[in-house]
Amino acid sequence: MSWIDIAAIDDIPERGARVVKTPVGCIALFRTAVAEVFAASNTCPHKGGPLADGIVHGQKVTCPLHNWVFDLNTGQAVGEDARIATYPVRIEAGRVLLDGMAVGKRSAA
Amino acid sequence: MKQKLVIIGAGMASGRLIETLVETAPDAYDITLFNAEPRGNYNRLMLSPVLSGEKTYDEIVTHDEAFYDAHGVTCRFGEWVTGIDRAAKVVTGTHGPVAYDKLVIGTGSLPFIIPLPGHDLDGVIAYRDLEDTQRMMAMGAGRRVVVIGGGLLGLEAAAGMAARGADVTVVHIMGHLMERQLDEAAGYLLKTSLEDKGITVRLQSNSKEILGENGHVKALMLDDGTELPCDLLVMAVGIRPNVALGKEAGLAVGRGIHVDNQMVTSDPDILSVGECVEHQGAVFGLVAPLYEQAKVAAQTLLGQEAAFVQKSLSTKLKVTGCDLFSAGDFADAPGREDIVFRDPSRGVYKRLVIEKDRLIGAVMYGDTADGAWFFGLIKDGTPIDDMRETLIFGPAFQGGAQADPLSAVAALPPEAEICGCNGICKGTITEAIAGGAHDLAAVRSTTKASASCGTCTGLVEQVLQVSLGDAFQMPTAQPICGCCDLSHEDVRRLIKAKALKSQPAVWQELGWKTPNGCHVCRPAVNFYLLADWPLEYRDDPQSRFVNERKHANIQKDGTFSVVPRMWGGITTPDELRAIADAADKYAVPTVKVTGGQRIDLLGVKGEDLPHIWADLNRAGLVSGHAYSKGLRTVKTCVGTDHCRFGTQDSTGLGIKLEQALWGSWTPHKVKLAVSGCPRNCAEATCKDVGIVCVDSGYQVGVGGAAGMDVKETERLIDVATEAEAIAVTVAFVQLYRENAKYLDRPYKWLGKVGLDWVRERILDPAERQRLVDAFELSQSIYRKDPWAEHAARPRAYAPLADLTLEAAE
Repeated sequence: MSWIDIAAIDDIPERGARVVKTPVGCIALFRTAVAEVFAASNTCPHKGGPLADGIVHGQKVTCPLHNWVFDLNTGQAVGEDARIATYPVRIEAGRVLLDGMAVGKRSAA
Repeated sequence: MKQKLVIIGAGMASGRLIETLVETAPDAYDITLFNAEPRGNYNRLMLSPVLSGEKTYDEIVTHDEAFYDAHGVTCRFGEWVTGIDRAAKVVTGTHGPVAYDKLVIGTGSLPFIIPLPGHDLDGVIAYRDLEDTQRMMAMGAGRRVVVIGGGLLGLEAAAGMAARGADVTVVHIMGHLMERQLDEAAGYLLKTSLEDKGITVRLQSNSKEILGENGHVKALMLDDGTELPCDLLVMAVGIRPNVALGKEAGLAVGRGIHVDNQMVTSDPDILSVGECVEHQGAVFGLVAPLYEQAKVAAQTLLGQEAAFVQKSLSTKLKVTGCDLFSAGDFADAPGREDIVFRDPSRGVYKRLVIEKDRLIGAVMYGDTADGAWFFGLIKDGTPIDDMRETLIFGPAFQGGAQADPLSAVAALPPEAEICGCNGICKGTITEAIAGGAHDLAAVRSTTKASASCGTCTGLVEQVLQVSLGDAFQMPTAQPICGCCDLSHEDVRRLIKAKALKSQPAVWQELGWKTPNGCHVCRPAVNFYLLADWPLEYRDDPQSRFVNERKHANIQKDGTFSVVPRMWGGITTPDELRAIADAADKYAVPTVKVTGGQRIDLLGVKGEDLPHIWADLNRAGLVSGHAYSKGLRTVKTCVGTDHCRFGTQDSTGLGIKLEQALWGSWTPHKVKLAVSGCPRNCAEATCKDVGIVCVDSGYQVGVGGAAGMDVKETERLIDVATEAEAIAVTVAFVQLYRENAKYLDRPYKWLGKVGLDWVRERILDPAERQRLVDAFELSQSIYRKDPWAEHAARPRAYAPLADLTLEAAE
């Protein structure tokens, strides 16, 4: 793994999300609690809704277009046969780090 | 030869004992009755109705002088018993001794006085006897009373004095009232009812000290330093068995005087009954077991076989207008299941607790008619499996194969009266339904059934259901979502009643099952909090749907639409130029004129939003809130400015209304219109609030709709001046904000509360002013342009990072 420093955790509102553009497409960083962040695809497999614009609740997000709900631990859509990609993410000293290998960057910054 | 029976204490148990004795064996005993109170047996339970003035003392006397005379009972009232000599079998009173063959101790209980500093001040009393009651009866208008203790007795005392006009505060240490008899939900309903009676209830309050002046109570100080001034302080925190005499006589005593199943103490010639008794570890405070003890004791005295068995108890609170009932055990425990029925609009709550296939507990509030029946099921341990599905609807719905809760209503003959207030029978309602009245509101307006007190609403709905079948959706108190068990109405009420001022407080106090709600409940709770606590709580963007969080409407491709406000539909060439420039600069693919008299720029990229807003702001344009559950537009016609038919300045009024209301959050979107004459070019009669100008003034209509439902407004009120039209509109919007369920448009809300209810409040000058003031207070926070704020921090709208650029390097 090669961890890339993305931003300070406080750049993401609690129970909110922000988008990171990557070679594998837009990834949303969901901040579900004070020190808990998940990374997953920003694109809803249903109609392409921007998941970072959804309401974040518990460890889930609801798509703003048609209310599909995704479990951020697994990417599984609740009650639907669909899934979004999830990515390794960690928090270190108040910074959010994404795994560069997983998001299509060959070398760490 | 007659035996000598001495009874100490003329309470409810000993009264019943004497009655049983003289009825079954009048010649068995010579009875001497001691009582420290200077009077005989009265119904202590009825002190509360005496206090509230609903009964007089004479009416609650159970045994008067004539009774004692007729049965040869020697009365030694107002006399204290100073000792019992068990060896000599003599009881000594202050006026001399009396010998006994059998003795019954019924010394009852003593009120528990918390040993707070100042508890011995004058004006600090308990609630136990007629003297206490009389002290409380002296408390009328202008007098302040503090009652410590939110149990049965404390609340009856509080309600009694409040009924006499006193200013009463109840201080209770626990989180809800009557926690031994009620669960939390019923406790809240009770608290709300008491508050409606003008009683202040302070929960989770610890008393610290009683403050006095010249030896008389002045105030109660709580441990948080709050001082509650009072002229009288009533401690109603509990009772303890009065065992002093028994203990002194050397009887076996624990918490109470020990008795066996025959009510005999450790001395075979001495019995004991009532609140002074301890039987198999239990002591007693309610009347039913006391009566049972008295009967058993009387039978024992007559040499008959009898045994006292403890049973489940039921409680009713004797406070007018607070209809509650509880029985059995209703604590949460593994293996227990609940059946809960709520009808928040009627203030009805019923909860049954079931263990295995038996009913073991019941709590009811608001409708306790079936209490006795449930209590019977609990006492008898009746298996309830067969009727489980309809159990909560009570005995009327049980019986054999017909377990359908509607069957009772279906079986009613046409002449059966449904609405007592208006004398409407079932046949009239079914005729109305056949004539096209297919919902509650329609039945109400055509027949008046359930239009007065509303208590028959449930029955009317059942008649609708029986008549229409699946075509009628039976309204039920649905929980907001899977996160909680409470309906929108309950949550709104509890946010107010419990003064919950933050989301975590709501999650915690109202038992949310998820850490922080979901996309369904969180926007609703966020709105309720900001509507009820405009200063203490601030809108939480993370609990808003994306449109309201980003102040733009998301489109199906993830782009947004931008709609600047055009006050009353009026614009200028400069504004139009700014809009055109912005459309060019940000390559807006579609520019559309909306139905609300403004211009929509569709297809703006998310990250461009702050920049286009900044550009529009520079031309004086602000957010049109075309995305919000809030004021959208005020559509107008040109009124007297240009139109030859215009009667008033409809454009001017529209602009003023829009300036008053913009920025406010509401349960759902709100659209207004003002037409300058009844030709109604602004289509005001299908808006949430629509004003039609006429020569004599302004006709304010409300509750129109032109969406999935199409509905004409109903006339709320006619007013003469523009200022009044604005005040009425603002008051209506505020009333809607305070009461409606989230995502109910005004017409839906009106269907539930009724236009009359709304009109009554708007017509009341004091209430109208309160609503206007409350709205203004809220607007002091929210009447501002969110675009300007968001334009100042464009980074929030841009990607957090762009790893594709780095990759290209």
